[in-house]
Amino acid sequence: MSLLALTLACRCVFQLFYSFFKSLVGKDVVVELKNDLSICGTLHSVDQYLNIKLTDISVTDPEKYPHMLSVKNCFIRGSVVRYVQLPADEVDTQLLQDAARKEAMQQKQ
Amino acid sequence: MNYVPGTASLIDDIDNVASCLPQTGSIVTDYNKHLVLLRDGRTLIGYLRSIDQFANLVFHQTVERIHVGKKFGDIPRGIFIVRGENVVLLGEIDVEKPCDTVLQQVSIEEILEEQRLQQQTKQETEKVKMQVLKDRGLSIPKADNLDEY
Repeated sequence: MSLLALTLACRCVFQLFYSFFKSLVGKDVVVELKNDLSICGTLHSVDQYLNIKLTDISVTDPEKYPHMLSVKNCFIRGSVVRYVQLPADEVDTQLLQDAARKEAMQQKQ
Repeated sequence: MNYVPGTASLIDDIDNVASCLPQTGSIVTDYNKHLVLLRDGRTLIGYLRSIDQFANLVFHQTVERIHVGKKFGDIPRGIFIVRGENVVLLGEIDVEKPCDTVLQQVSIEEILEEQRLQQQTKQETEKVKMQVLKDRGLSIPKADNLDEY
């Protein structure tokens, strides 16, 4: 069973996406923030608030954000994330769909 | 504080003064400054001294860095306590990475003047844009007023 399958199998109420991101640790992602900044990096860790720690970052869009030039690792507060772009082959959408369905059933009761 | 090992946590980023004291036979390392981006667009650079679960931060020897184009200016600010909800991003400044190649440091007065001009042109274009949208009956909500959870 994959790591994602294992973590999703255990009952966690608000933890669906926390578990999902935990299974993506080590992968390269692009995080787009609400202030329109896009950062590419390797997912180092995530927490219950979906705060994200990235390593080896680079600002993907033209560097109109020069302040990030000397920063290699960063911590991004969960509340400012707009999108997290993921490699398509790393995500088992079927599993995610089933898990979301299960969550919805649990929350209904 | 609930610290679960392996989760995204700032606990390792704290620059503890006590741990900077030299021990016999060891070389004192130069601890890294941190850079924080705030929701209003400001950049603060300083030594991170304390954190909590809301990402409230305590910064020591803080410098506010203003960037306009290729120029930047530093304003010394002292000790800062940043409320977590205003934090966008916190990064560790790597002294080894070459960064001074494109950026040119200027005096505080010059950078404030440049910033004022930049804000002025931005406000003018925003006003024109809002007027055009209003004429069509549309409006775009500003990102920093969106609800928090």
